[in-house]
Amino acid sequence: MLEDLFGKVKSRVGILGEGDDGGKVSVPEDMMFKCPRCRRVEFMENFAVAGKVCPHCNYHSRLTAGERLEITADSGTFQEWDKAMKSLNPIDFPGYGEKLRELEEKKGMNDGVVTGTCSIEGQSCVIGVMDSHFMMASMGSVAGEKITRAFERATEQRLPVVFFTASGGARMQEGIISLMQMAKTSGAVARHSDAGLLYITVMTDPTTGGVAASFAALGDIIIAEPKVLIGFAGRRVIEDTIKQRLPDDFQSAEFFLQHGFVDLLVERSAMKKTLGRLLRFHNAEEVRL
Amino acid sequence: MSAAQSVPATPATAWERIELQRNKNRPTAKDYIPMLFDHFIELHGDRYFGDDGAIIGGVGRFQRMPVTVIAHVKGRGLEENKASNFAMAHPEGYRKALRLMKQAEKFCRPIICLVDTPGAYCGIGAEERGQHEAVARNQLEMMRLKTPIVSVVLGEGGSGGALGLAVCDCLGMLSNATYSVISPRGFASILWKDASREKEAANSVKITAEDLCRFGICDAIIQEPMGGAHRNPQLTSEAISAFLKESLKKILEKPIDNLPETRYIKFRKIGVFEEGQE
Repeated sequence: MLEDLFGKVKSRVGILGEGDDGGKVSVPEDMMFKCPRCRRVEFMENFAVAGKVCPHCNYHSRLTAGERLEITADSGTFQEWDKAMKSLNPIDFPGYGEKLRELEEKKGMNDGVVTGTCSIEGQSCVIGVMDSHFMMASMGSVAGEKITRAFERATEQRLPVVFFTASGGARMQEGIISLMQMAKTSGAVARHSDAGLLYITVMTDPTTGGVAASFAALGDIIIAEPKVLIGFAGRRVIEDTIKQRLPDDFQSAEFFLQHGFVDLLVERSAMKKTLGRLLRFHNAEEVRL
Repeated sequence: MSAAQSVPATPATAWERIELQRNKNRPTAKDYIPMLFDHFIELHGDRYFGDDGAIIGGVGRFQRMPVTVIAHVKGRGLEENKASNFAMAHPEGYRKALRLMKQAEKFCRPIICLVDTPGAYCGIGAEERGQHEAVARNQLEMMRLKTPIVSVVLGEGGSGGALGLAVCDCLGMLSNATYSVISPRGFASILWKDASREKEAANSVKITAEDLCRFGICDAIIQEPMGGAHRNPQLTSEAISAFLKESLKKILEKPIDNLPETRYIKFRKIGVFEEGQE
């Protein structure tokens, strides 16, 4: 088994090591997964097979929006909204415009939120997925507008909303405009809720700051993936404020389950099925004997 | 240029205004409440966990009309600030505010919020009791309330902690007040990895009353006396009073049932983006 392990490393290192770096042995970054929770190292291959869940501690790591939709939406049913919407630079923050254009190019997406419609286990819904690979999916004008429109369209079309949240919080580079997106999205949730419609939040890693403190916290049902980070304030900010170190599980999904702010934890492998079941339970047509 | 013209009533930069906010004699909500409202009676507690000294709430009369008053409490000196936690509320503070706001709606009283906070508190208890949920819930419920809400930023409008009392029909800001997504210090620390650049951050992130009016977030600038509110608290209070009277009058002219809709639209419009092409 140990030889197996070594063989795997050797073959990859061999291929990549033959390049032009003067024969220096380098382990490619994309080959190993180092878990940010338990700090153990695993082959990327094994980690990928496990659905990007740490096989040692069950930390549910970050997915791209594409990966999330792939494992959530029924095949071929996802239709994206507002794909081309782009951020501008509302407070003329130096360098922000350039940073955006560079990221749009590099990541092939315009912002950290994808919205649209799909079906999950045959149940039609509006779906939103935040992708932390784009500026930590921080919420500025584009995210705020796309989220708001998603809830408004769900209200018009009388559809439930399933939202996979992940965000570092409000987008600092858009200043006060970002803060207002919290109120705007919360207002859209209120109207969707007042229409008697279901909203399921799925908190993924990390759901923090201004997103945790607005639409993400307002689901009728709040699911979290195991071991993900959830919280209002950053760990460092709290540690600086109270001058003491915080326990490792502070602000974890398990912590908020225990304190009553999360309804249930759901493993990634069971997510689609659980969502499908919950969507059916809330489908008015099913309420009959 | 005459002397009067050469001294502007409000300093030009955000940083100078922040320095004015930190003047130890700057009036706080506790100074303004007796000047603005008659027969104020404080009501305590969120009915779930406790009473948060960072937010004061109660009922009183504004120009003979009963109103609900909710305000962040900045203390003077260490003792007062210990009791009010430097105006940084815990979840129970926001939940107390919400309880009193719903009470206001039930009895058809307008709500007046006085905002002055560095932000919602960051600590263990705050996280355990769901600071994120408390701030989010206030925004959602304030969007629904069928009663007028007028908020005034007295000094520091700190992020989500301020927003939890500022989802309103009409927002006024004192001329030296600021309202921001994060403190200039936090901003410099996060984006430039250098907290010492807070002055530069303050002046570049557009947090003054004029900036917020331009963005369509602030509806009116309430002029402080020359040199700042502490130079003449009575005069400042009269200016706040005039703003409250005018905005309440305007709001009360329209049907109460339409308020949530117009309030939503006020926030719905905020955002700068381009649609782009598919």
